[in-house]
Amino acid sequence: MFPFAFEWVWDISHLVFMGGLWYALSIIGAGMTYCIIKSLIDTVADEAGEGGHGHH
Amino acid sequence: MTQQPQHTKTKRYGMVIDLDKCTGCGACMVACYAENNVPFRQDESDKMRSLNWIRVMKVDNGKPFPDTQVCYIPMPCMQCDGQHMQGHSPCVSVCPAVATDYDHPTGIVSQIYTRCFGCRYCMAACPYHARKFNWWDPKWPADMEKYLNPDVSARMRGVVEKCSFCYHRYQKARDKAYVEGREELHEDEYQTACARACPTNAITFGDLHNPDHAVYSLSRSKNAFRLLERLNTNPKVYYLSSKSWVRRKADNYLEGENPEEIREKARKAAATH
Amino acid sequence: MTTPAIPEGVKRCPTRQFTLWLAVVGAVLLWGVYAMFLIWYKGLNQTGMNDAYGFALWIWADLAVIALGGGAFFSGFLTYIIGKKELKSIINYAVIIGFICYSSALLILALDIGQPLRGWFIFWHANVHSMLTEVAFCLSCYFAVLTIEFIPLVLENPKLDRIPFLHHLSHNMHEVMAVFAATGVFLSFFHQGSLGGVAGVLYARPFAYREGLLIWPWTFFLFTWSAAAVGPCFTMLVTWLTEKITQKRLVRPEAFQLLAKISGWMLLTYMIAKIADTWYWAAVTAPSKGFSLMDFYSNNPVYGIWILIAELVICGIVPALILITRKGRENKRLLVTAAILAVLGVCINRWVMVLQVMAAPLLPFQDWYMYIPTWQEVATTILPVAYGAILISLAYRYLPVFPHEKELNPGQ
Repeated sequence: MFPFAFEWVWDISHLVFMGGLWYALSIIGAGMTYCIIKSLIDTVADEAGEGGHGHH
Repeated sequence: MTQQPQHTKTKRYGMVIDLDKCTGCGACMVACYAENNVPFRQDESDKMRSLNWIRVMKVDNGKPFPDTQVCYIPMPCMQCDGQHMQGHSPCVSVCPAVATDYDHPTGIVSQIYTRCFGCRYCMAACPYHARKFNWWDPKWPADMEKYLNPDVSARMRGVVEKCSFCYHRYQKARDKAYVEGREELHEDEYQTACARACPTNAITFGDLHNPDHAVYSLSRSKNAFRLLERLNTNPKVYYLSSKSWVRRKADNYLEGENPEEIREKARKAAATH
Repeated sequence: MTTPAIPEGVKRCPTRQFTLWLAVVGAVLLWGVYAMFLIWYKGLNQTGMNDAYGFALWIWADLAVIALGGGAFFSGFLTYIIGKKELKSIINYAVIIGFICYSSALLILALDIGQPLRGWFIFWHANVHSMLTEVAFCLSCYFAVLTIEFIPLVLENPKLDRIPFLHHLSHNMHEVMAVFAATGVFLSFFHQGSLGGVAGVLYARPFAYREGLLIWPWTFFLFTWSAAAVGPCFTMLVTWLTEKITQKRLVRPEAFQLLAKISGWMLLTYMIAKIADTWYWAAVTAPSKGFSLMDFYSNNPVYGIWILIAELVICGIVPALILITRKGRENKRLLVTAAILAVLGVCINRWVMVLQVMAAPLLPFQDWYMYIPTWQEVATTILPVAYGAILISLAYRYLPVFPHEKELNPGQ
């Protein structure tokens, strides 16, 4: 799974397989990171909005 | 006795078992159990869960008395070379954790018990049922633990095991040769427990690549055949039999196919390797 | 009886009745949990497996449940990527069913291996050439995607939705759901396929072996195709069952009709490919290894040619023909029958590609191997069904699973 594993070889099979895997994992990770950070920002903005204008 | 093999430095350790000599005594099985610390249960009647690295199968020609003929076929792990002789044995290709590997310098297929997590995919892949699973933890009777072979690791429940062509004996022979300042092993220095134990010398073991080893010429004899050759597993265990009905039992043929013709074709193709 | 925990505007049964239902299903679950404990504590000798049957009931259950859970990825693909808005009616439920199916598969896998504590080796010491490695990675990643698709629904429970951060989180996750769905489709294509590859690459097992394209045997594509075709049938079946039990209309008829039509055409094209593949295997591949078709369907007490006819005709062509016709789809009885047959067909296919492979002898002097699962195996296979029933019950009660439930049941 990682290049430092004993059986890792820099051959085409590893590049294709692990490349695809890490690509998919990165998209999932990036997507979730985006959602969480945006939600935090939205929550803070909400609270600021409430505090300032008193609506909602 | 030559020190260097004629063809190549790579060895292909294999076996030739003469079925005309095998009496079915089972000494090979017993020797294997003792040598490789193969466990057994109190009740061994369930052969489908019994651990053994070499099994002796009994086959007959299907004819009634007085034409009945019986043949005993010892079956260890075939140490398959795989489809294109590249070491892609059916079991090696499928293991998800690299717990079994084809050793290119010797041609022996290893099994690493500490890596195996028991998915049994290799058992599904093996057509010879050479691989066995530890359904239970081993329980040695009385003081038997003191008699275990220290050169072979014992296995715990949940892992697959199989014949290793007594690889630990190869390692010991290599160590001895190294100490004596040489690289090559004599034919007699590395022999499997089953080959040594066979009272009729039906089992011959050696380097199939080395013309000085008995297996080299025996495997090329006209009565030599392998089990399930049409599957392209390229096993390294050859059998000899002068009886055509035995040779016919080694593989599957369709109605109207000539087994000897097919074998001859396969042998010619193999000779070019 | 409405409480703050139940979504607004829908009625659910009294808490006491619900608890009683959970207790009954829970008893079945506990039976399975007990069997699970026995297997983990005592080892795989608790099963009916043996050295000829390294793969047995559990592997079949894994393959079947993952194929049936294919409704999640395919409905997700149709909804978020192709943009079939009608399916918004059923997509939440498809995700829940998929989540149950995949978590069940992972649980069964944890039971099935001899050394469960070493299960992580398949990731850490991966052999990239093995189909099973591919399965493990894609399955686990896809389960993560399913969890991500499920989370927004959970966060929509009224009590959780009140918390601002969770409210925003579920909203933002909905916004990017197409990205997760697309990743899910990619991962599903590969793991559904490599489950087929698990059987297809066994070149020393003529019953399972198939030629193919590059490193992928034809069973790779056939498994993905059948999962995409039959997964939606399973989703429809479970939805229909839920409607029957709850005595409510939950999903818009257009969603059913669209899913049934697409499923029908997928099933028909799959059957054409499957029959072609079977013919080639029976006429060319198996004979090259010395086997005729009937060698695999005779001289044993279980596997006769009936199983091939059942898989290809009764549970393959027949449901496909029903589903591609408007008459077939609009008749609820025919639709449900077709869905049941299709589900059965995929279960038979997975059974045959695992258990019949193990049963068939290879050496002429060997006989067919038979296998009977033990109660521990059966209990742990029923365990996911009980777990699924509980999760669906909880989701149906506390989450807004069906967005059109209110409009379809105006009496409430």
